[in-house]
Amino acid sequence: MMARITAGIGSSHIPLLGVASDFDKTGEDYWRDCFAGYDWTKRWMAQQRPDVVILVYNDHASAFDMRFIPTFAIGCGERFRPADEGWGPRAVPDVIGHPDLAWHIAQCLVLDEFDMTIINEMDVDHGLTVPLSMMFGKPDAWPCRIIPLAVNVVTYPPPTGNRCWLLGEAIARAVESFPEDINVQIWGTGGMSHQLQGPRAGLINKAWDNRFLDDLSADPQRLRRIPHIEYLRETGSEGIEMVMWLIMRGALGPRVRQLHRHYHVPASNTAVGHIVLEKLT
Amino acid sequence: MTQSIQDYLAQFEDIPGTRVFTAARARRGYWLNQFAMSLMKPENRDRWKADERAYLEDWPLSPEQKDAVLARDYNRCLDLGGNIYFLAKVFSTDGLSFLQAVSTMTGMSVEDYQAMMLAGGRSPDGVRSIREGI
Repeated sequence: MMARITAGIGSSHIPLLGVASDFDKTGEDYWRDCFAGYDWTKRWMAQQRPDVVILVYNDHASAFDMRFIPTFAIGCGERFRPADEGWGPRAVPDVIGHPDLAWHIAQCLVLDEFDMTIINEMDVDHGLTVPLSMMFGKPDAWPCRIIPLAVNVVTYPPPTGNRCWLLGEAIARAVESFPEDINVQIWGTGGMSHQLQGPRAGLINKAWDNRFLDDLSADPQRLRRIPHIEYLRETGSEGIEMVMWLIMRGALGPRVRQLHRHYHVPASNTAVGHIVLEKLT
Repeated sequence: MTQSIQDYLAQFEDIPGTRVFTAARARRGYWLNQFAMSLMKPENRDRWKADERAYLEDWPLSPEQKDAVLARDYNRCLDLGGNIYFLAKVFSTDGLSFLQAVSTMTGMSVEDYQAMMLAGGRSPDGVRSIREGI
């Protein structure tokens, strides 16, 4: 038996969600509806029990500064600690990697003409740890291994949506050639519409976001062709993070079934989007 | 590549109230962003808080960049090559949340900005394109 990708998840990774979780504020009026949309997923995840999650996210000037800017980077280390983002590290478990699978994927991707940056040591910031909190709550240890896959969406140009999709397809080929019977999920994180800078800050585009969520199952080929300028105009300067969802979607193959979906405005400056997609064969 | 880099970059100038973090901005703001990054370390935060201007002496920022940081003029910092995720180290050290700091760039009070977000955020209508006014 080979490894298999069974499902994909999309989720925002807003830092304030981590604060709300860490300081037990999720029952407050501001947060109740936002977190309730993840209850279904927490129950489903407890049944699915993935062995490994490939977690696509972006670093927010935590592990990477301006000295080097990898477009696609894969974490091949044994363990990744929560980053100190300026107010001390989050009090969440360390992230335990899967070096065998991560190195396997890295090698396959390079031969498949995706020239990955390989990372053995780094800390992981809210982009990676907030989705874990949203999907797993507050366990003493995360219930699966996690392979961080970091994407540059800060310095332009970030990768195109189509390139992200193709990387997802290549990741799926790599996973399917790993000779262990393990259940792998892939998560795409970030978004949805938000702009954190300038006089236009606070932009939210519910209609656009929901069409994006619709088309992850209805018309994913449309999503591959969305140019950067459309994300910028329609979803705010930080909405570009949604290209990372296309790595997840590309890895699931042509047919998926939407199992769960949640959309909420606001969390801090941002629209929260979340979707669970089952891979169909 | 189906589009020239010149055309790709030119589009970004047509978005109202937005500075896209292009290579040109990244180059201009290199030390501004690296300075901000240094505030990730607690000992540096202590030195910064004790004497901000003296702390900046160690960094090759332009006088305009130094003044913008000291004034916490984040729109000016963006104009001078700052990136919001790096500048976040400065406002986090000040004890400001993203929402509080971001609101200062909009010309709105923090209360009005928060109310706008609770009401569903800023509509994209009218702020998609300078040229087309849509």
